[in-house]
Order: sequence, then structure tokens, then C-alpha cells
Amino acid sequence: MALHHKATVMDEKSMQQALRRIAHEIIEHNRGIDNVVLIGIRTRGVPLARRMQKYLQEIENLEVPLGILDITLYRDDLIERHDQPVVHTTDVPFDLTRKHVVVIDDVLFTGRTIRSAMDALIDLGRPASIQLAVLIDRGHRELPIRADYAGKNVPSSRSEVVEVKLMEVDQEERVDILEKKSD
Amino acid sequence: MQTLRRKDMLGLEEVSAEEINLILETSRSMREIMQRKIKKVPTLRGRSVLNLFYEPSTRTKASFELAQKYMSSDSVSVTGSSSSLVKGETLKDTVRNVEIMGIECVIMRHPASGSSHYLAHNVEASVINAGDGMHEHPTQGLLDMFTIWEKKGRLENLKVTIVGDIRHSRVARSNLWGLQKMGAEVVVSGPPTLMPPDLDAFGVKYYHDLEEAAEGADVVMALRLQKERQESGLFPSMREYAELYGVTPQKITRAREDLLIMHPGPMNRGIEISSELADGPHSVVLEQAASGVAVRMALLYLLLGGTKEQ
Repeated sequence: MALHHKATVMDEKSMQQALRRIAHEIIEHNRGIDNVVLIGIRTRGVPLARRMQKYLQEIENLEVPLGILDITLYRDDLIERHDQPVVHTTDVPFDLTRKHVVVIDDVLFTGRTIRSAMDALIDLGRPASIQLAVLIDRGHRELPIRADYAGKNVPSSRSEVVEVKLMEVDQEERVDILEKKSD
Repeated sequence: MQTLRRKDMLGLEEVSAEEINLILETSRSMREIMQRKIKKVPTLRGRSVLNLFYEPSTRTKASFELAQKYMSSDSVSVTGSSSSLVKGETLKDTVRNVEIMGIECVIMRHPASGSSHYLAHNVEASVINAGDGMHEHPTQGLLDMFTIWEKKGRLENLKVTIVGDIRHSRVARSNLWGLQKMGAEVVVSGPPTLMPPDLDAFGVKYYHDLEEAAEGADVVMALRLQKERQESGLFPSMREYAELYGVTPQKITRAREDLLIMHPGPMNRGIEISSELADGPHSVVLEQAASGVAVRMALLYLLLGGTKEQ
């Protein structure tokens, strides 16, 4: 099975616009950002969270705290997987209690990553609320989870792969849909 | 490397530098969990572990049990005097009986060298050696390396001086294998009667004189001196030992300024290490105990986290 390019759904410009729009929505929804903290989920949620922090600062002139979450130890598929994922470090150097926590990830798919992230966050403190911001919502949820802020809804089939590429990680900036096809 | 491709952790002799690196990296993530208010992750929920201690132990046993609790596994602990070993049951029978109850990992400390290898060959469960006779104590070696690595940022090209009873020490043996694999230079010092006959095979240099051995050292590790060794005539008196090989500030003046002082515990203060050093600014003895929990959490994750079937 090889992956073939099917379509490019976002480019550098539309990604930037989407993230800026989400920044405004976060401010509106939380009536300012005094009590807002950002949590990026490893790997691609982290650079997205850093950008969000920058956009929020540009608009509100305030740097919100930013934490990094590694959800490996909270996954529900550890027993099923043969290759164990490498555990990376969670770095949340502030208290989450009574904060509005905006969790940031690149793609929302089954919802299982977000379920793990919520469990991990609740082990770190008791937030006032947990909100979810994603660049892409591709559907196919397996859990009752939804995004509060989505850059783009991308209807996709389960056999397709949504690939987010970010400058900080991949040295390019785009979102592609890839199709699995047997050669 | 993503996974430890092994069922057991029996000794550092058979582990590669790449595997040690993975364990150290994973331990760093585990240490973060220990600093949380809620020190628990659900990773090993539903997995069962048996702690089988045929020799007395305080910190190793406590450390393994805490690591298991922090990872959410279920565990039972059996100690020598309360086990059916005293009723004449063989080790293999003991563990097979517990394995059938659903145990997937056995942590064992046993007075016989090689006992953990024997066990590993005879059960399906993962076996972690928590000290077997005079052979190895791999988790101690790993926690010592983790402590040094955290403090110095590397292991490569560091000089580590191990002082004391190398011959009977499983801690020394695991450290010798592990540290050298990671590129550290290891030298030893102590009474010649307490050196292993095959010291050359380890590729380490022996110094009769502790001051010389500690020259330029980044780490000085004092080993526990067991009183039984004197009774068997391997050295004349505790006082003489302390005089020549007790690690004191006077004997390590030629070591590096940012020297680390280590001891696997429990310490005989005033014999193999002076209180001044044990409690001084260079001492990382307590960090070693904290590292132990992190390293054991990492090992439990790496050995138990995935499936065994390909």
C-alpha cells in the first residue's frame, strides 16, 4: 500500500488566517485571556501552540503561559501496539487550577488523543474549563468529543491520511490529503 | 531506538549502549511524573507484578513498589522469611504458581548469582533482576548512570572511580559494564584482596592508592563494606580499611572541583565514606534514591508496555 497525494486543503496563507481567526475566537469566548493557558500536544500541537501564543500577544499584548503535553503514558492502545511509542517529557511549569485551558493539536480524528490529554491534564490540576483548538477536524469520532475551535473541517474517508506539515517540524507548510492505494 | 527488544532485564553486561540510552531518556520523562502532586499515570493499569525478595532490602524494594504504584500496575510482594521457600518449594515452582495467577513481571532479589537468568528461562513473565548474589544489580547501575547523566549532561569521557569491595559487589559489576558501554572511564581502588581475579577482563585500571585513583575524577563512588568480609579474613580491621580506603575529603583533593560523591546505600558512615562527604555539597546520595524510582518506572514501561507477540 502506498500513499498518493489527493488534494492540498490548506497552504501557508490559509493556515495563518485560520490560526489568527482562532486566536480572536479564544479571546471572545473567554472574554479576554487573563485566565487562559495554552497546552500543545506533542508533536505538532506544540509549534501550533507557540504560534497561538504569539497571535494572542499581538492582539491582547499579554503573554499567556504555554505548556507541553506528552500523552504517551495515557494512551488506550499501549497493550495492542507492538512498537511502543517513545515517552517524551510533559512540561507544564504552572498550575492549571481555575485556569481556562486551551488544548491545541493539529488534527482531530477519533478523539482518543484528546481523551488521553484530558486525563493527563486532570492529573496536573483542576482547570476551570478545558477547550480544544485544532487546525483540522476530519471527522470519524469514536468518542463524544468535539472541537471548540477548528481551523478547517475536512470531510475525509477513513482510508485517507490527513498530513499536516509545519515549518518548525517539517520545513514546509501545508495540509495534504493522501489516499491509500495498492500499487 | 523505540523499544527494548527483550523480555527481561537481567544485567547490564548483555544490554547495548543504545538500550541504556533509551532507558535513560525514558527515565527523565518518568521523573517529571514524580514531581507532580498526583504521582500516578494509568499506563500499566491491569498489569500485575510480583516482587520476590529473598534477601532483605529497604530502598530497592520500596523503590520498585512505588514505581509500580506510580505506573498503576497491581503488585504483590513476597519476602524470603514469609515465603514457601522456607517450606522447601523450589524457585521455579514458586514462580510458576504465581504466574498462573496472572503475574506478568517478576522482580527478584536472590542470594544466588545467576538465579534471575534461571528464572527468566523458566517463566513467560518478564524478569527484572533486583540483585542476584555477586553477579549484577542492573537497576542500581542504571540509576547511578541516570544520576550522573542528569548532573553532568553526559556519561562519555567522564572518569568514575569506584572504591571498595569490587569482588563481592553486584553494584560495582553492573556499573562497570554499564558505564564503560556509555563511554566513561572507570578505575577502581580498594584492598587487593577485594578485587575480582578477572579485573583485566573488565578493562578497568586498578590503583592501590585511593588518592591516585581519584585524580581527575568526575565521580567517586564508595561501595558498602560488608562486615562479613573482615570475618573471613579478607582485610585486617575496619579501622585499617577506613584509614586506607574510607572516602574522605583529604583523599580526594586531586579530583575535579565539580566532583560527584555517590554511594548505593546503606552507608556505613565513618568506614567507607565520611559523614562530611556524605552530607556535603558534592553528595548525590539522595538523588540516587530518587533516580531509582524513575529508572524502575521506565523499565516497567519498556518491558511491559507493548505486546510480546509480533
